[in-house]
Amino acid sequence: MTERTLPGTPLSDEDMQQGKVLTLNWPASLRYEWDTGVAIGRFLRELKNGRIIGRSCHRCQRVLIPPRMFCERCFRPTDAWQFVQDSGSVNTYSLSHLRWDASRVEEPILVAVIEIDGSSQGGLLHYLGDVRPEEIHIGMKVKAVWKPAEEREGSILDIRHFRPIDTAQDGPA
Amino acid sequence: MRKVAVVGAGLTRFMRRAQETGPELAWLAASQALESCGLGLKDVDSVAIGTAPDAFDGVHMKGEYLAPGAGGWGRPVTRPYAGGGTGVLVPIHAWFNVASGLFDVCLVVAEEKMSTCHPHPQGAFVTIFDNILERPLEPNLIWIFALEMQRYMDTYGITKEEIALVSVKNKRNGLDHPSTHVAEEITVKDVMESEVMVSPVNRLDVSPVSDGAAAIVLVSEDVARRISDNPVWIDGIGWNLDTAYWTNRDLAYPSYVERAARMAYKMAGITEPRKQINVVEPYDPFSYKELHHLEGLLLCDKGQAAKITADGVTQRNGDMPVSPSGGLLGVGNPIAAAGLMKVAEIFWQLRGEAGRRQVPGQPKVGLAQAWGDLMQVGTVVVMRVD
Repeated sequence: MTERTLPGTPLSDEDMQQGKVLTLNWPASLRYEWDTGVAIGRFLRELKNGRIIGRSCHRCQRVLIPPRMFCERCFRPTDAWQFVQDSGSVNTYSLSHLRWDASRVEEPILVAVIEIDGSSQGGLLHYLGDVRPEEIHIGMKVKAVWKPAEEREGSILDIRHFRPIDTAQDGPA
Repeated sequence: MRKVAVVGAGLTRFMRRAQETGPELAWLAASQALESCGLGLKDVDSVAIGTAPDAFDGVHMKGEYLAPGAGGWGRPVTRPYAGGGTGVLVPIHAWFNVASGLFDVCLVVAEEKMSTCHPHPQGAFVTIFDNILERPLEPNLIWIFALEMQRYMDTYGITKEEIALVSVKNKRNGLDHPSTHVAEEITVKDVMESEVMVSPVNRLDVSPVSDGAAAIVLVSEDVARRISDNPVWIDGIGWNLDTAYWTNRDLAYPSYVERAARMAYKMAGITEPRKQINVVEPYDPFSYKELHHLEGLLLCDKGQAAKITADGVTQRNGDMPVSPSGGLLGVGNPIAAAGLMKVAEIFWQLRGEAGRRQVPGQPKVGLAQAWGDLMQVGTVVVMRVD
């Protein structure tokens, strides 16, 4: 099972352009409307209010971001809603030259997992902004930049991005 | 429970785009696997099929769709699923079929055809992200790899150049694999100068999208002794799922892979994996993942996989050959089929049938591992020859 030629017929771009094989196209056209649920529904409502809210589990003492109505470790209901800060630190980051569909972008999209202050290692995937890419580092303190209240609609995008904390403007981190 | 052996294997070429349909690819691999051990469809008691997200094909019920080509007609057929971990979860599932005593012969078939989704299968991958909190950010699958790689590099002080050595090794190893469509001689410089996709991931750090299929045959001890002179025993299986809240996890270390490995080691009686395992096929969809997984598999200390790679330990002629097949980076990555290809490679390596890919020293014990879902599942098999 090493030297023999294995079965399978590779097609090249030329084969496709010259119509050597027949293909059939079917554009998927589906729409979904997701219910946001009890926990994330409230979370999104609070984003609209310009606040980040988690759920706490009194048994394992965690404050969960994203919030859930159950604790997956203790396997019991979580106990209370708890507001956390709209600041945090960069757990990890990346500069994406690709859009979601693998097409290229000119300016890299700055992506990070943000550990939200006041939560128990609660992270959110989000963008970084108002920062030079080379300045980004793990552990960097950041703060949410919110859309104006009238533009917020109860979406993760109500936070435009997270920006580095400016101690002159924001006070000590 | 009964002992279970692998007695046959088959593969198609891995291709950027195959003329064959999914069921046709499944047939090419499945029929070859049966032929390799002198069995026919009449001998098959059950069938386990592995294939990753339906969205690639735009075909619902992919297990049922593939079944006619996979030997599934009129038989107990199941399709276990764990995203990218599927290729090694399917033989684990097949192991239950045989070890339980329910069946004597289980045909295991994995197929993937990623070329169908246009303009790019990344458009289908977006659906794995949390639909409410993450998809509005329009994430790309490579984001999570880049984020994990950055955290891994930062935690242990590992450089991109050190990680690039994995691509160099695996793409070279792949030159000896008859299924490959991406093998080449490259240098660390080539990797570093290839297109930056999602920093710190460059193009040559990434396995390709591929079409292809793989199959193996699992049998009970009685059947194995009757039809095979050199069965390869599945001594241990393990799998483990971490939380889907991936942004809450420690991305520097795959603890779920460790839990899967410990489960398999316990079952196989492996107490010192670094000494007892002779050849390894860890999942390598991205260059750093091979390193990440060697650490999770307890085959080196945390943060030390780059060092043993630089020292040549993981070369085919090294003390612990890793991805002698060429892996996903060097052969191709038709997701579920790529994982099962790794199991097939251990089968051939332990039988001394890997030809130009054969590692020296007559390895007795090997390990194959896959990984996937939302960076959260590890699937492990430990195999042995007498």
